[in-house]
Amino acid sequence: MTPGTTTSVRLTGISKSFLGVPVLHGVDLELRGGEVHAVMGENGAGKSTLLKVLAGVHRPDGGTIEVDGAEMSFASPTDAQRAGIAIIHQEFTLLPHRSVAENVYLGREPVRRMQVDRRRMVADTRELLDWLGEDGIDPTDTVASLSVAQQQVVEIVKALSTDARVLGMDEPTAALADHEVELLYDLVRRLRERGIAILYVSHRMREVFDLSDRITVLKDGRFVTCAPTGELTSEDLVRHMVGRDLGEYYPDRAGPDDLGTVRLALRGAGNDRVRDLNLEVRAGEIVGLAGLQGSGRSAVARAVFGVEPFTRGLVEVDGVVRRVTRPRTAVRLGIALVTEDRKGDGLALRQSVRDNTLLVRRAALRGGRARARSDVPALLDLVAVVARGEHQEVRFLSGGNQQKVVLAKWLAVEPRVLVVDEPTRGIDVGAKRAVHELLRDLARRGVAVLMISSELPELIGMSDRILVMHDGALAGELPAGASEGAVMALATGHGIGEAA
Amino acid sequence: MSVLQENTLPVRSRTTRPAMRRRFTPTVIVYLALVALLVVGSVLVGLRGEVLLDQGGILNILTRATALGLVAIGQTMVILTGSLDLSVAYLVGLTSLIAAETMAGRNGMVVPGVLLALAVAAGVGLVNGLVITVLKANAFIATLGVALILRGYLEDNYTGPAGDVPRGFQHLGYDRIGPVPVAALLMLAAAALAWWYLSRTRPGYHMYAVGGDIEVARLSGVPTRRVIVTAHVLCSVAAGLTGIYLASRLGSGAPYVGTDAGYDLESIAAVVLGGTLLAGGRGGVVGTIGGVLILATLDTIFDDLEVDPFFKDVVRGVVLVTAVALYARRMVASRARGRLA
Repeated sequence: MTPGTTTSVRLTGISKSFLGVPVLHGVDLELRGGEVHAVMGENGAGKSTLLKVLAGVHRPDGGTIEVDGAEMSFASPTDAQRAGIAIIHQEFTLLPHRSVAENVYLGREPVRRMQVDRRRMVADTRELLDWLGEDGIDPTDTVASLSVAQQQVVEIVKALSTDARVLGMDEPTAALADHEVELLYDLVRRLRERGIAILYVSHRMREVFDLSDRITVLKDGRFVTCAPTGELTSEDLVRHMVGRDLGEYYPDRAGPDDLGTVRLALRGAGNDRVRDLNLEVRAGEIVGLAGLQGSGRSAVARAVFGVEPFTRGLVEVDGVVRRVTRPRTAVRLGIALVTEDRKGDGLALRQSVRDNTLLVRRAALRGGRARARSDVPALLDLVAVVARGEHQEVRFLSGGNQQKVVLAKWLAVEPRVLVVDEPTRGIDVGAKRAVHELLRDLARRGVAVLMISSELPELIGMSDRILVMHDGALAGELPAGASEGAVMALATGHGIGEAA
Repeated sequence: MSVLQENTLPVRSRTTRPAMRRRFTPTVIVYLALVALLVVGSVLVGLRGEVLLDQGGILNILTRATALGLVAIGQTMVILTGSLDLSVAYLVGLTSLIAAETMAGRNGMVVPGVLLALAVAAGVGLVNGLVITVLKANAFIATLGVALILRGYLEDNYTGPAGDVPRGFQHLGYDRIGPVPVAALLMLAAAALAWWYLSRTRPGYHMYAVGGDIEVARLSGVPTRRVIVTAHVLCSVAAGLTGIYLASRLGSGAPYVGTDAGYDLESIAAVVLGGTLLAGGRGGVVGTIGGVLILATLDTIFDDLEVDPFFKDVVRGVVLVTAVALYARRMVASRARGRLA
């Protein structure tokens, strides 16, 4: 590594489609050494795909990549690495049982007299750690013994050890606790001072304003704008990112007559991740639960469903105090959870549509009621699954159809409380609308729906009330149709907590 | 002030953490358990008026440990790589026959016999490795299949011992220095070599990487297929060495010498007892030798106490389950500290 040299990268007219679905249309991006360049956009705007094109993971269908003025073609991540480009992915790529130095030089271990030159490996790793000012990590520490933030530093050192001059970071704060985020900020600033070009992909407004020098906004795979951070306000940014009129895409909200009794109530509920939760969800109502990643939204969902139960306070289902300590209890009480990880937690990917649809019913009910195969067509019809047949394995379905199967699985046991966590993540626009209409339809039939979504327009468009979480607690409640700004203010802790 | 901060583990200071964590690694636990077992065993055997660790006792333990130790060294490599080898037991029998039949009582044929046995072993390892990496068969099934093929061959061609090992070569099996058999020293030398390979060379590093996370290894430029095939070849060669050693002890080759002793499952048990993760990525040969010595010592103690053989198995099962549960608890504890692990 030769500190001081900088590299600049220019992407021009990058296009990329997956299976005929265009994800990027002619996107431009310019990145200079010594700058933090943020890429912003809603989910599905193409941020991560752009990053992967730069990293050589995906080959673009059209457009050019220039590094220091020379046109490049990356056939693999190794090619990009050779050109000095490295990416820190959201999932860490470290071996937990090996030492820091062993991880940094994995696959490129220096050899001397037939042996791995451990002394040099440790010394070089220490040099890089010192260069970054990270003296809290020793090259001989086992990775598993480090904090998550420190593991991220190791990832960055691993990237730098390949002489990377351009570093892409995909939602780097997603896995970090609040005080660790500050450490990362520090580190990013130090990298910038040392001439590294940083492409910072994030959807957190505050981070981007705190850190970046320039911001590029993408929307639906298209380049919207690129401007110095100082010239943009957060309102500008939201307008660029959203760029559409809210309301018209979403089904009608519940009227006063639609609301019924309180189906789910939390009274001072809390556990390791969340505290002092007081909320009610009525039959016929969709209550939105907003908040940044890590604010405890999903922890509420998991606690209500008994995955990581509440340890304090009370849970009432239909007015009766219940102890929901496992998912099985929750299912028996009529509580359903559509998890945010559809493929990991929601579906048995290698089983058929029918088996998945009957998964919960077979598990929770006994005898003939569990075997009601004849109900499957009606259920699939209700959620409008497009599949080749009941016997098709769900892994071959599109994301939207997979999500519909997840919903069908829960409808099969007729839940009274439905908790949905990111119900439209990674599915196309048409399927999104279908899911939205289905959720509203269920509410009309008397189901109490608690909906979590990172997409603010969706959350605002769907919810009859919005509860906002910040730092493991409820920060406030907003009425239907509240502005994104109002939600973000509560979610980022403005107006509460700051003074305390 | 905030829940998140309260519940996030503080970053431990560097001076205390590694010292605490490194003190009780599974390897240390294994050897502590071995010492404890020797003490308890000595007392129990002593109560009958005998001595556990006299010349005969030491000889007995080390002799038992030699063959199992050799197989387990190889098994450690494949398990570290995230694979498994169920074909070693039949391969031990096959190589004992190849060595003994090639030698056919002639001193001049000792070297060709040894080389041929090792070559066949390496070939079997190559097949195991290629079936797993190229045909992408699950290691359990792939090596079980190869084991069945070897068994079929042995059953078809042999009914009992065959071949003849010249007297000169039998010294390998019986010579000793004091109470220590020469073969046991050779086994320990092989273990030392394997230790060096795993902990000091690039291919060794890559075995840990492939076993730890094959995708991470691949994306880091590790030639994952080659690593897995190498591990299988080395494992089979270790089984071949065992076959040659047993041929020298028996004076001939025997088709079921490996399976009668249950070297397939026994070697896996020794590896796991030695603290290597069955899923791969963590552990090593030093622990495995400890595991082998524990199993050999248990057997010797049971023989001295004239324990019912079925009860022996019960105790071995309990020891194994206890050890694995103990390591698993430690893993959970360390997982709670970090996101990984």
